[in-house]
Amino acid sequence: MKLFSYAQATKPADAVQLLGAQTQSKFIAGGTNLVDLMKYDVESPDRLVDISQLALTQIDATDKGLRIGALARNSDVAANALVMKQFPLLSEALLAGASPQLRNMATMGGNLLQRTRCHYFYDVSQPCNKRAAGSGCGAIGGYNRIHAILGSSPSCIATNPSDMNVALAALDAVVQVTGPNGSRSIPILDFHRLPGNTPQRDTVLEANELITAVDLPTTAIGGKSHYLKVRDRASYAFALVSVAARLAVENGVVRDVRIALGGVAHKPWRLPDVEKNMVGKPATETTFRSAAKALLAGAQPHEHNAFKIQLAENAIVRALQTVS
Amino acid sequence: MKQITVTVNGQPHSAEVEPRLLLVHLIRENLNLTGTHIGCDTSSCGACTVLLDGKSVKSCTVLAVQANGKSVSTVEGLCAPGAALNPLQEGFKENHGLHCGFCTPGMMMRATELLEHNPDPTEDEIRWGISGNLCRCTGYNNIVKAILYAGAKMRGEEPASTEPQFV
Ligand SMILES: Cc1cc2nc3c(=O)[nH]c(=O)nc-3n(C[C@H](O)[C@H](O)[C@H](O)COP(=O)(O)OP(=O)(O)OC[C@H]3O[C@@H](n4cnc5c(N)ncnc54)[C@H](O)[C@@H]3O)c2cc1C
Ligand code: SF4
Ligand code: FES
Ligand code: FES
Repeated sequence: MKLFSYAQATKPADAVQLLGAQTQSKFIAGGTNLVDLMKYDVESPDRLVDISQLALTQIDATDKGLRIGALARNSDVAANALVMKQFPLLSEALLAGASPQLRNMATMGGNLLQRTRCHYFYDVSQPCNKRAAGSGCGAIGGYNRIHAILGSSPSCIATNPSDMNVALAALDAVVQVTGPNGSRSIPILDFHRLPGNTPQRDTVLEANELITAVDLPTTAIGGKSHYLKVRDRASYAFALVSVAARLAVENGVVRDVRIALGGVAHKPWRLPDVEKNMVGKPATETTFRSAAKALLAGAQPHEHNAFKIQLAENAIVRALQTVS
Repeated sequence: MKQITVTVNGQPHSAEVEPRLLLVHLIRENLNLTGTHIGCDTSSCGACTVLLDGKSVKSCTVLAVQANGKSVSTVEGLCAPGAALNPLQEGFKENHGLHCGFCTPGMMMRATELLEHNPDPTEDEIRWGISGNLCRCTGYNNIVKAILYAGAKMRGEEPASTEPQFV
């Protein structure tokens, strides 16, 4: 790792100010992604601003739902009584990710911003438009088994590797951020981006903005939820495909539904129109399978990942059957 | 350079460190506690697991400066030299929970936190609990038995007599 300087922030405003005071600065929270990336030379900040001691670790009930501080640890969030009671989907997705030691360090903000696991992104001897704009994409024409089937571009076919982000998409989460120009709220579906011509940017967050909290709105959906993660081994592997599903059924008919997919695109994949279309239809495999096909419409496989289309379709159906 | 104080196995240590120094290097090189191993160096294998303020973490991805003011427990802290083995150490010994021993300190530190949270885990819970610790030798069965043994001991029960299983 190259040399860098270090400063610890004690208040969110100081963190933003410290970050802005020197170019090539980065926040460090749990460090479980950033430190690895620095060892691989994928990231090489001149200065780290340590935000891990900020008092943004609370999980509080609000009049609209739950507010989870950006520095709350993944293990604490997963085990929190309010989260388990109101949003068990989030606990389930967090516990499906990484390992206990990593969840003990990883934070909400860091998980939202964790970077892709594309092998070419990690290997600085390879071309990668996300790491080095304009250098090309090693995965297109390379080994692309873990890559995207939806929403990719000729510049980048990477996926977002997070389990938590998929659950947040199904939970209509809102990301709270603050920066030199004030604070703003970003709905989760607008937070992560598709690669387009600028795959260097994973999200709409500006480089000088700090994530302060994630809000989960209480909804009248009710019903059940489930996070289904399909991977190469039972534990400790990233998702090939995953599904976060919430479903409320009344008299055998779909009353409300949310379906978000992981492992298939540069961001959690959700199509609200497909969900609206399901309302009022019988909660049967026929309805689930046609919704799955609609969610995957236009899927474009690459040389090694065509299997993901059928896998995702079946996973969607199974997740919905589990909660119906 | 930055001045830090970290309490390791109950002893406070102060040091002036570069911000890029990893906690595992502070432990192994500055403090000479070489029981904590480095395997992958990229937060995958769990060999470097220590407790930071009582929680298991991978010390190869924690910056030493981030441990400032905190307490760290390493495998050396499980029992004083010459003292009776800690139930986990005894469990690994009785059940052949190690072959080469490289993963063992990390396994024991991870299991320490696991048993604290869940004093009577099922075999399945243990397998999920140590999923971030890789072992290339044992096939895990005897590690699981070792942790079951330690759990029983800590609860004051007689550990089930376990015929070691070689795989
Ligand atoms: C071996 C291994 C296996 C894993 N398996 C999985 C898995 O199966 N599923 C899964 O979902 N994840 C997995 N992960 C990834 C893990 O979840 C992430 O590393 C973790 O969530 C990152 O959180 P952190 O706090 O450590 O982030 P850091 O590494 O501290 O930061 C990550 C990035 O976010 C920025 N950042 C952090 N907090 C803020 C904030 N509040 N505001 C603005 N910017 C911020 C940092 O500047 C940095 O760019 C795995 C990781 C490893 C190493
Ligand atoms: S898929 Fe994206 S991240 Fe991977 S090599 Fe191509 S540009 Fe880089
Ligand atoms: S050496 Fe730290 S996890 Fe492998
Ligand atoms: S005993 Fe050799 S790696 Fe586990």
